[in-house]
Amino acid sequence: MIDWFTTVQVIVACAAGLLSVVLGLAGRTPADITNGATVMVEALLLAQIVISIVSPLAGNTPTGSGLEFWVYLVTAALLPPLAILWGLVERNRWSTVILGVACFAVAVMVFRMHQIWFVQLA
Amino acid sequence: MTTTTPRRSGGLGRVLIAVYGLLALAATGRSVYQIFSEFDHAPLAYSLSALAGVVYIVATIALLAPGDTWYRVAWITISFELVGVLVVGLLSYLDPILFTEKAVWSFFGRGYGYVPLVLPILGMIWLYRHRPRVVEPVAANAEPAGTV
Repeated sequence: MIDWFTTVQVIVACAAGLLSVVLGLAGRTPADITNGATVMVEALLLAQIVISIVSPLAGNTPTGSGLEFWVYLVTAALLPPLAILWGLVERNRWSTVILGVACFAVAVMVFRMHQIWFVQLA
Repeated sequence: MTTTTPRRSGGLGRVLIAVYGLLALAATGRSVYQIFSEFDHAPLAYSLSALAGVVYIVATIALLAPGDTWYRVAWITISFELVGVLVVGLLSYLDPILFTEKAVWSFFGRGYGYVPLVLPILGMIWLYRHRPRVVEPVAANAEPAGTV
């Protein structure tokens, strides 16, 4: 896990989440802009998976539980596709809000992954 | 007497269900991990988290499924969640050793952004507004669920 990349990831996920929640409440159905933002969140998660596989080989290992870290990462990576799929099946504004909720959930989970990797106080 | 239960899974309810699903996933997944890895740290808190997770799963299904029975199940599970978070939240302030912050209900759900405290209340408001009504010729035009 790379510190600055994780920060970027949380910021992008929050921005995407805010965008989708606002556009959804404004009555927009899922569109290229909201789906695109969610895809970007997913792309960063896939990059994070690659980084997290490679990092330990370079001596950058998690300070906390590796298992817990991976449970978070894999679950987080499943959320954006599920939310996009939901929006494809049900085309109304609430599906756009759900895209945003998924992005915010990813932001929280990446934050937790950051804690597990870097600051293990317990 | 015939009653009709308005669709609970439409419109804003979709968002509620999605958040319930997320919390069910988070609570169940995390507590299972905690029980297997560090059960001794806070056995009571982790057991309650697992119980909460399972009840969240049932609540999510009950909100999704149509019909009067599921409506009752939704009320029971969501009430259970509210009582749980209030009781455990209070107890965890009285005895912080017994309840770790990493559990769902401890400190009124602080470790989960207070979502476990807010969600049952929103769920109850939602259920109340979509309660079953007696079918009468005039009452047939109950507010349509899922209006965009």
